[in-house]
Formats: sequence, structure tokens, C-alpha cells
Amino acid sequence: MNLLTEKKEQELTEIAATLRYEAIKMVVDAGSGHVAGPLGMADIFAALYFFILQHDPKHPEWADRDRLVLSNGHICPIQYATLAYAGYFPKKELMTLRRFGSRLQGHPHRGALPGIETTSGPLGSGLSQACGIALAGHLDKKRYHTYVVTSDGEHDCGNHWEAVMFAGKYRLHNLTLIVDRNNIQIDGMTEDVMPLEPLAKKYESFNWHVIECDGHNIRSFVEAVAEARAIYERPTVIIAHTIPGKGVDFMEYDFRWHSRPFKKDEAIKALAELRTLKGRITSEHQ
Amino acid sequence: MLSKASKVLPNFAKGTLTMSSTRDGFGKGIVELGTKDKNIVALCADLSESTRLDDFKKNFPDRFFELGVAEQNMAAIAAGLGLSGKIPFIASYATFSPGRNYEQIRTTIAYGKSNVKIIGSHAGVSVGPDGATHQATEDIAIMRVMPGITVVVPADAEEARKATLALGSLKGPAYLRLTREKSPVFTSESSPFKIGHAEIIWEGESPSVALVACGPVVFEALLAAKDLEKEGISVIVVNCHTIKPLDEVTLLKVFKKCGALVTIEEHQRAGGLGGALAELTARFYPIPIESLGLPDRFGESGPPSDLLALFGLSSPHIISATHSVLKRKK
Repeated sequence: MNLLTEKKEQELTEIAATLRYEAIKMVVDAGSGHVAGPLGMADIFAALYFFILQHDPKHPEWADRDRLVLSNGHICPIQYATLAYAGYFPKKELMTLRRFGSRLQGHPHRGALPGIETTSGPLGSGLSQACGIALAGHLDKKRYHTYVVTSDGEHDCGNHWEAVMFAGKYRLHNLTLIVDRNNIQIDGMTEDVMPLEPLAKKYESFNWHVIECDGHNIRSFVEAVAEARAIYERPTVIIAHTIPGKGVDFMEYDFRWHSRPFKKDEAIKALAELRTLKGRITSEHQ
Repeated sequence: MLSKASKVLPNFAKGTLTMSSTRDGFGKGIVELGTKDKNIVALCADLSESTRLDDFKKNFPDRFFELGVAEQNMAAIAAGLGLSGKIPFIASYATFSPGRNYEQIRTTIAYGKSNVKIIGSHAGVSVGPDGATHQATEDIAIMRVMPGITVVVPADAEEARKATLALGSLKGPAYLRLTREKSPVFTSESSPFKIGHAEIIWEGESPSVALVACGPVVFEALLAAKDLEKEGISVIVVNCHTIKPLDEVTLLKVFKKCGALVTIEEHQRAGGLGGALAELTARFYPIPIESLGLPDRFGESGPPSDLLALFGLSSPHIISATHSVLKRKK
């Protein structure tokens, strides 16, 4: 991995802001879909696709590409926006999200759209699929790295912990798990619905290397990934602390925005906030 | 009259039959496959001996993965392997896989179009003493309604071996249903087997009933055919080892020739082979049908032969079902 210059860091921050803006526009246009998660993961997706991953948008099936498995498929608006900006498909297609005949299915489907590695939406089995992909890489002596993004809520699923045990047993060091620790799920706060803490200690006890980071500090996330790549005895989990709805004041930290649709005035307000980076800059479209 | 059977089933015609289980046939087949193709990998959920993966494990330790009692994980890991060029075979008891991991199979294997072969052993009531918790009788139904999955139910050990080899070169997800108990090996290496083909293994002169079965009870259908012939009732016996894709052309030809149908399977009457054939006849050529299988109830503990008799799956029951369906023909 290259050194993250200040200039690059600034560029990634700007990309993340653009991706947030696109994600909200897409969900508003579609009339349904999830927004809090996509906003919270924008910085990480910008860092992954525009700095960390070895990939080639013009050859999405390149055998040696790093794999990014999205387990919590409901945050796909952010992945779709990222893929489009990275050059996997035309940006104008973003506004077809969830529509009849669109390649941008309500939840991601492998084969429907270039750059989508697995089919997901039903929670708890993304880490398993990523384990399979990492294991195949190991068997074939390939050097690609497998990243998997999961929500925190899906840690309620037994299947996820089965995969945590498996990755620990087979020491899948070519696998890095990124947990979107935003503390919300559909029915409320994760610690009310089904407490997950102490989450880091749980992973440690399953023989994983654990790193915690600020999911909105791109440098902190990039450093966490560099550390993960340097660990050769076991898989690494990066618990990325994020703010659901990040970037829009009235959405931040509010679990009700997990999957709630926008009213028209809310959408205008949210987009204005993102356009002006919460009033810090003036938008020419105001 | 025996000509068809003697040609395709020389051992049956001679009456020289060995006993083996379809899971044993799978165990042989997977080792043959592993030798031929290094992309074959096998995953197991703490049942490697009873699903007959132990030889594979011994021969190819680097391509065998033990997951412990975790069938959901097994399905989704296999999906990831399949998406990365491997040909994973996942083996457990059918009540657990595809029983417990239905959703993972649906999302990650079937909808995800991953080249995974699901091996469900211990299907049917012939599991015996373990009882209903371990006797899968709904698996054909849940697998055959899943888009894109091939469903194969071999009739004996030799056919299970061939089916395993065939699935290895078939592109796409598939379900292979196996049984625990030893049963007569009435097919041989030369007997025809092709995925997607319904095999006519017995054809009397001017047949009046079609006996269509899958799994080891195909043998019971053959015994019934032999006895029915003595009574002067001529039948066609079809070994319908592939439930999906169904060989509609052959089956409809048989239905038109016979005009009545008896279906036999170690499965619920609803949704399995009988269900598939009822759908087929209803759409294209309605004829009277008698379906032998479990009547919306679970199995229980006991010797396999007693259980097959209890659920009306042995040759005397097939004979009386044939009589019933003949009466309805008029």
C-alpha cells in the first residue's frame, strides 16, 4: 500500500462527500432504501476503492483483484455510488436504483452489476462467503486480499460467529473484516436489541487480531488496514466506529433513519447540508 | 417381456445383486472425482464418516475442510469457494443441509449462481432407528422449487457414484439425495445414466400403468413389475433419478402409452417426485395418479424395512396402488 499523502487524504474526503450526496439522491429518487448506513460508510468506501483495493474497474473479473464482499447488502447505495465513480459502470445508471429492469437491484446481486462479488441482503453470511473466497485464494496461492464489510447488527446471527470460528481455525490472514460499528439496527440501538459488547474481546477470544478505529478518519482507517495486512498468523477485524447518517445533522445517531424513507423537505435539507458540508462552504446551487 | 430390464439391468435379470448404500457410492465417486480434478473440494459438518467423506479426507487432506456442526456456514463458505473457481461438495444429513441452511443455499448458492454441490445423506425413512429428526422427507420439495438447482436422487450405490461424477462436470448448483441403508445394487456400470434423463428400466408389452420412482425404492417398483406381470398386468418402470430438470419428453411418452401412473418415493407425498409428476400431467396429459409417500406426517424409529412397509413403500403396496389406479382408469 502506498503512503497516504495529505493531498490524497483530502481528495478521499471530497470523494466521500460526493458519494454521500449521490447515495441520498439515489434513495430519494427510488422512494425507498436505507440511508443511515450508506452515509456512515462513505469514508471507508472512498478509502477502499480509491486507495486501498488492487482492482481494475475496466476488468472487474481480473483474477488477482482484491475482493470486497459486502455482507450488509442493504447499504448497497454507497457501494453502487462508489463503483460508478470508480468507473465500473456509467454514473447515470445510479438513478435507476430499485427500478424495474435496473442492474442496481434493491440488494446487491452478483452477476447483475460489474464489481459486485457476492449476493447479499439476508444478514450473517457475508463473512462465510468471504472465508470461502479467501480459502480459494490460499489454495491457488493467489496474492489477492479479501475484505468483507459487515454491519454490527448482523452479529446477532449465529452464522456470522460460525464463520468467525472458521477463519480463526484456518488462520485466514488474507482476510480482513471491517465492522461498521454504528450502534443502530432496525429495531433500535444494538445494545438494547441484543447487546454485542465487549465486541473486541469477543473477537480476541476467537483468535482474531483486533484493531479499532474512527471510521470517519480516513488516515486512521488506512493505517488500520496497513496493520491488518502486516499480520500473518490470523485474520484481522477492524472495528470501525462510525456515525449512522454521518454528514446530515438531523440523521446522525438516530436509529429511525436505518431504513426510513425521506419526506421531500427532509431530502432537500439533507442534500443542502451535504452540498455545503454543513454550512462550512457555499454551494453554487443554493 | 423382461427384455428391456435384462438389457439395461443385467444383474437384476440374472438375480445376482450385491448390497450397498447410495452414500457408499458417493464416497467412491468423490474420490474418483478428486483424482481427476484438483478443483474439487469437500466440506463437512462433523459427519465425515457417515457421509462417506473419510476416503476423500484421507486422499486429499488439503482439499477437505472440517467446519464442525455449522451447516449454515458450510453452505455460504462453499458459495465463496464456488465463486472463486472451486467445485465444492458439502455433505451432511439432509435434515440439516438443506434443512437448516435453506436460506444460505437460496441466497448464496442458488441466487448467487455458485457451483456448489449439496449432498444430503440420510434421506427418507430408511434411516431407521435415529427417528424422524434425522429422516429427511421434505428435502426434494424444498430443493426442487429453488430456481436453478438440479435435483438428483440415485437409485443405488452404482448410480450414486455415476451421479457424483456427473455433478462434478455439471456447471451450476445441484442437490444430491443419499440414503443411509444398504440396498440392492441393481444397476451396473453399463446401465444408462445421464442427468436430466428418465430411464425406462422395465417395459412390458402393451403396458397399462407407469410406475415412476426415485431412490432405492425403484428396486421395489421392479419387484412389483415382476409380480404384476405374473398377474397379467403389464407396466413400464421408470427410474426418475433426476427430479429437476424433469425429462418431460420421455415421461409424457410413457404416460400416453400407459394412461395411468403410480409414483413411489421415500418423501412426503406433497411436493416431491409425485408432486412434480402431478404438475406435469395436469399441464399436458391428465391421467389417474396414485402417489406413494408419507401422508403429511413424520417418520419414526424402527427397522428400515418395517418403516418402508408402514408407509406403504414396498412392492406389495405398489401392487395394490397399481390395482387402484387401474380401476380409476375407466
